[in-house]
Amino acid sequence: MAKAFTSKVVTANALLEGDAVWLTEDDRWTHDIAKAELLTDEAHADLRLIEAQMRQHEIAGAYLADAIETPDGPAPVHFREDFRTRGPSNYFHGKQTEA
Amino acid sequence: MYSYNDFDEAFVRERVSQFRGQVERRVDGSLTEDEFKPLRLMNGLYLQLHAYMLRVAIPYGTLNSGQMRQLAMIAERFDKGYGHFTTRQNIQYNWPKLPDVPDILGALADVEMHAIQTSGNTIRNVTADHFAGAAADEVADPRPYAELLRQWSTDHPEFQFLPRKFKIAVTGSVNDRAVIAAHDIGLQVVDRDGQRGFRVLVGGGLGRTPMIGKVISEFVSEADLLPYCEAIVSVWNLLGRRDNKYKSRIKITVHEHGIEDIRARVEERFAHVKPTFGGVDQVLLAEITEAFAPPVYRATSVAAYEAVRDANPAFRSWSDTNLSAHKVDDYAIVSVSLKKQGETPGDASADQMRVLADLAERFGHDELRISHEQNVILPHVAKGDLPQVYAALRDAGLATANIGLISDIIACPGMDYCALATARSIPIAQQIAVRFDELKLEHDVGPLKIKISGCINACGHHHVGHIGILGLDRAGVENYQVTLGGDGTQDAAIGERAGPGFSAEEIIPAIERLVFGYLDLRSEPEETFLQTFRRLGMEPFKAVLYPDKEGKRDAA
Repeated sequence: MAKAFTSKVVTANALLEGDAVWLTEDDRWTHDIAKAELLTDEAHADLRLIEAQMRQHEIAGAYLADAIETPDGPAPVHFREDFRTRGPSNYFHGKQTEA
Repeated sequence: MYSYNDFDEAFVRERVSQFRGQVERRVDGSLTEDEFKPLRLMNGLYLQLHAYMLRVAIPYGTLNSGQMRQLAMIAERFDKGYGHFTTRQNIQYNWPKLPDVPDILGALADVEMHAIQTSGNTIRNVTADHFAGAAADEVADPRPYAELLRQWSTDHPEFQFLPRKFKIAVTGSVNDRAVIAAHDIGLQVVDRDGQRGFRVLVGGGLGRTPMIGKVISEFVSEADLLPYCEAIVSVWNLLGRRDNKYKSRIKITVHEHGIEDIRARVEERFAHVKPTFGGVDQVLLAEITEAFAPPVYRATSVAAYEAVRDANPAFRSWSDTNLSAHKVDDYAIVSVSLKKQGETPGDASADQMRVLADLAERFGHDELRISHEQNVILPHVAKGDLPQVYAALRDAGLATANIGLISDIIACPGMDYCALATARSIPIAQQIAVRFDELKLEHDVGPLKIKISGCINACGHHHVGHIGILGLDRAGVENYQVTLGGDGTQDAAIGERAGPGFSAEEIIPAIERLVFGYLDLRSEPEETFLQTFRRLGMEPFKAVLYPDKEGKRDAA
């Protein structure tokens, strides 16, 4: 049996600032992963990634990252993706200052 | 120090202007990221976890005060008020915005700096002993040779698409402070029978497959330096594995073909290359050497320095750890620690950079160096000026007396910034430094180099740390492997893996056990960690690192 699909979000770096962004259901880029579109179907996820990659004037390096559903919205699974939602641990810089 | 000639100036300005156009075309959508990426990398611009990162070359680690002030200005105007000095004598800005980068490169060009060939499969920033031109133990200042190599390798048409990156380091001293054995080419200036030349190592490197460089020639004369290096790079350029990124570095080529085979090929190639140089390189070298003439040293009162040393224990402690022998008796080399316990190794704020620039200008013959150990050096300070220098450093939070001690840790940016990292390095370095500061043990422990990398690429030089720490991702959790017995000096050695890795919570207590274990194991207080390890081998250190396992083994 094929391995069960792990839900995903489309993420990338914003073109001008270079910071982490996530794709929303209504085709915006958000700074908050909780507002991202959670992709539970593999074929749909692949399609959304292709659509994201076509938006070259807005972002760079789009990819699919594992995410889980929480009451607040999608949340990262891997610690790397978790760090991308916050910023570095040595200074109060990056996303953690936006909250 | 060397100043740009008209050619350098025009070349760097043209590259800035080209990149400005490239950024405009990227922003307006006419270039895709795939098209733009090689262009930005040629100019040192990476895309990391949270932002772009600009890596600026500090050739052979040498800066003047004007350049340091400009680095401070860039940090303040275009970044978040600080910069990160790296293990390859570069400075990295962690938060530039893409539209600002051409202006940053323009500001760098204003002070004869650039970010060219700080990335990509090219010959990277040529590094050198950070005590160059000042060290009591050196045969000659290695920087004129490093500058000659920089000019030769910058935009060298044959070497813009190498199998992989290529790194060269030069030392002018037998005591290797430039880790030459861990470079693709390592050069040691030597004099033989009254003739100046180089002992040449090839095929060293850290990363996934760490290797100590092998001697390809015991003596290459000064006049043959460029053609010989060109022959090496040229042989590898054709022979190097382009099919597999993990086997592409020259260390693998040397390993697979054997040093004798590579030596024969290089000598054959050298015979072709040598006549094409025609002596212009030697004319250049003479001009460059003149630019690196030593400063006109001043006489100061050493007695005043001695008096402050006797009266002020904090100053004495700092002068014991942070000063090194200068070739002129009444001078000292000052190492300014960027490793204050709890701070990020290698980071300096814009204010600190300006303090360092001012000190260099007032007391240091306008010279600064960046070390591969991520500290800043004032290479020429008259001993009589040391109390004033110390006071100014202390006021700027820069007088930490820990050079060469346990809290003088090398750490790469790790997963706090780097897109390639598999775990964080900085918090581990911070916690180790704070812990041993609390224990007030640093000075009892003595010389001990801890080096931390956040992935297998080993930017944190963990393989050559007396204690090396490698951060990995083990099933979605940060995990830290410990290696012991590495050495980055003239007695270079690759550290040996101690055993299973530790979690982020376990690694600090593990290092503490290791250090306390060493204190019990050493034969006398003068025996360093590395000497004790070499005398006793891995087993007793393993026993203190993994006490439970040892217990089980005893019980079995």
